[in-house]
Amino acid sequence: MLNYILRRVAYAIPISLGVTIFCFALVYLAPGDPLTRLLPDDATAETIALIKAAYGFDKPIPIQYLNWLGRALTGDLGQSIQTNRAVADEVLIALGNTIIISTAAVILAFTLAFVMGTVAAYYNGGVADRVATSVSVLGVSIPNYWFGIVLIIIFAVNLRWLPATGMGPGGSEGFSIWEWSSVKFAILPVLTMAMVPIGIIMRSTRSAVSEVLSQDFVQTLRAKGMGEAAVLRHAVRNALPGVLAVMGLQFGYLMGGSILIETIFTWPGTGSLLNQAILNRDIPVLQGTILVLALIFVMTNLAVDILQTAVDPRIKRG
Amino acid sequence: MSNATTSVPSGLDAGGLDQLSPDVRSYWQMVGFRLRHDPVTLFFGAVILFVILAAIFAPLIAPKDPTLTSMIDRLKPIGYKDYLLGTDELGRDMTSRLIWGARSSLLMGLMPVVFALLIGGALGVIAGYVGGKTNMVIMRIMDVFYAFPSILLAVAISGAMGGGMLNGLISLTIVFIPPMCRIAETATTQVRGLDFVEAARATGGGTGSIIVTHILGNVLAPVFVYASGMVSVSILLASGLSFLGLGVAPPTPDWGLMLSTLRQAIYMNPIVCALPGVAILITSLSFNMVSDGLRQAMDVKL
Repeated sequence: MLNYILRRVAYAIPISLGVTIFCFALVYLAPGDPLTRLLPDDATAETIALIKAAYGFDKPIPIQYLNWLGRALTGDLGQSIQTNRAVADEVLIALGNTIIISTAAVILAFTLAFVMGTVAAYYNGGVADRVATSVSVLGVSIPNYWFGIVLIIIFAVNLRWLPATGMGPGGSEGFSIWEWSSVKFAILPVLTMAMVPIGIIMRSTRSAVSEVLSQDFVQTLRAKGMGEAAVLRHAVRNALPGVLAVMGLQFGYLMGGSILIETIFTWPGTGSLLNQAILNRDIPVLQGTILVLALIFVMTNLAVDILQTAVDPRIKRG
Repeated sequence: MSNATTSVPSGLDAGGLDQLSPDVRSYWQMVGFRLRHDPVTLFFGAVILFVILAAIFAPLIAPKDPTLTSMIDRLKPIGYKDYLLGTDELGRDMTSRLIWGARSSLLMGLMPVVFALLIGGALGVIAGYVGGKTNMVIMRIMDVFYAFPSILLAVAISGAMGGGMLNGLISLTIVFIPPMCRIAETATTQVRGLDFVEAARATGGGTGSIIVTHILGNVLAPVFVYASGMVSVSILLASGLSFLGLGVAPPTPDWGLMLSTLRQAIYMNPIVCALPGVAILITSLSFNMVSDGLRQAMDVKL
């Protein structure tokens, strides 16, 4: 067990290094010399050389990478070209806001999808099953940012129940999950975000529960006279660890994939930060945000894997 | 045996179908038989065909020029004058723009998947067949790309390279290469050690000919089924990129781009603003349903 955890952690290290190489390379994917954006048009050859040396662009690329990596490891992700603020600070503030909506979305999705998936598996082939299956196909086929627009049209434009965009007058600092005046701003983004995980968690719950229900021990339980509710409880308990793992992975996807939804609702999280960076061609912010999000995704997957091994005694990974 | 002509539910297993149709012999005949008797898949296949035809014959079908603006007829509702589905924020005919928009959406949905299937599939077969260090290098590089949620990877590459359709195509292709590679690698590794491949090698078959005649046949089905499911993902991602200003550039009609430019008008004409999303939803849903049907018909477990 400990052995497995150590190996799994060791395996995540080269992946993370690969991620840093990818993020470093993003600067070179951008058209044009990364320096030209920093320089005035009439810069002399001397100035150019000076700035090149100051930013470390005069060194060979592998050395540049190592320098960049060293700085990134100490929490220095460079400066935003647009605002001149430290990228790490901007990402940190945005990250908190993204965590708020993705946590809420994944909890909502899990609650709804687990119940619906279990019902669908129990009434295999029935009306409930068909409804659940249709909802899950819709969940993965719908452009979720469009779904967000539709929710805005219904609840903000027509009914005027909820605000359409933003995070409330207080912004990040003034937001409190205990006050309706802030929470109402999060409701539509959370609903929109939950759409895809509802579909995916429901699908995996349905297949996990129906697999357990088809096993021999369920027959035995019924044969010895156990009530249906108790049988179902057995099935749910057996299916739970796998579904929780799917939920964990979905959380990682939501954290990293929030750009469209945050853009729709102008929710000031990492997605909005990315969108701003793209509009302003602010490569340091783009690079830093993507690095942090990808590393979080790697960590989430790692945590899910380890937790699953710890929770489910049947998984013995040598 | 007499009920061979009755409709067969798509979930029917292979054994049941053998009894229903004694004439069906080969694998592909069986797949064809199952698909012909699966009304749901046929229906959504017809929808896809409809969208494809609309895209091909857009210049003939579209009632108006999709880029023709009108200062007077801006954001008109459905059915206004001869604008069947209303007009957009620049007074362009929505019907024509939606029809023309099928072109870029289908292109961006299909091309990255096809390219990724070729590149990723080839890499996977090589990794699986050669094994050893080659396998390790290829698969570890793929693992790095797995460390990104797909939309983040697409945004990262497109965002760094800048907008435009070509950059969008490249970034989406890169997004789909790793999963294709992994599936092809798994399928190849499973087949590689089997007796018939061993026999082919023993009788003097070269690597190339063994891969073409023995490996590909077994890799194709899972890769193809997986790829068909990715088309819907690709359509959603591509329209998302366009929505962010990273994909197709204006004034080209594109569903994702239309959603983005119409967003400012949701207070004035919400229904018309929602139309491009309906088009994306219908297309992506159809590809998903057909992919599900194919998976069942081809009896592939992914």
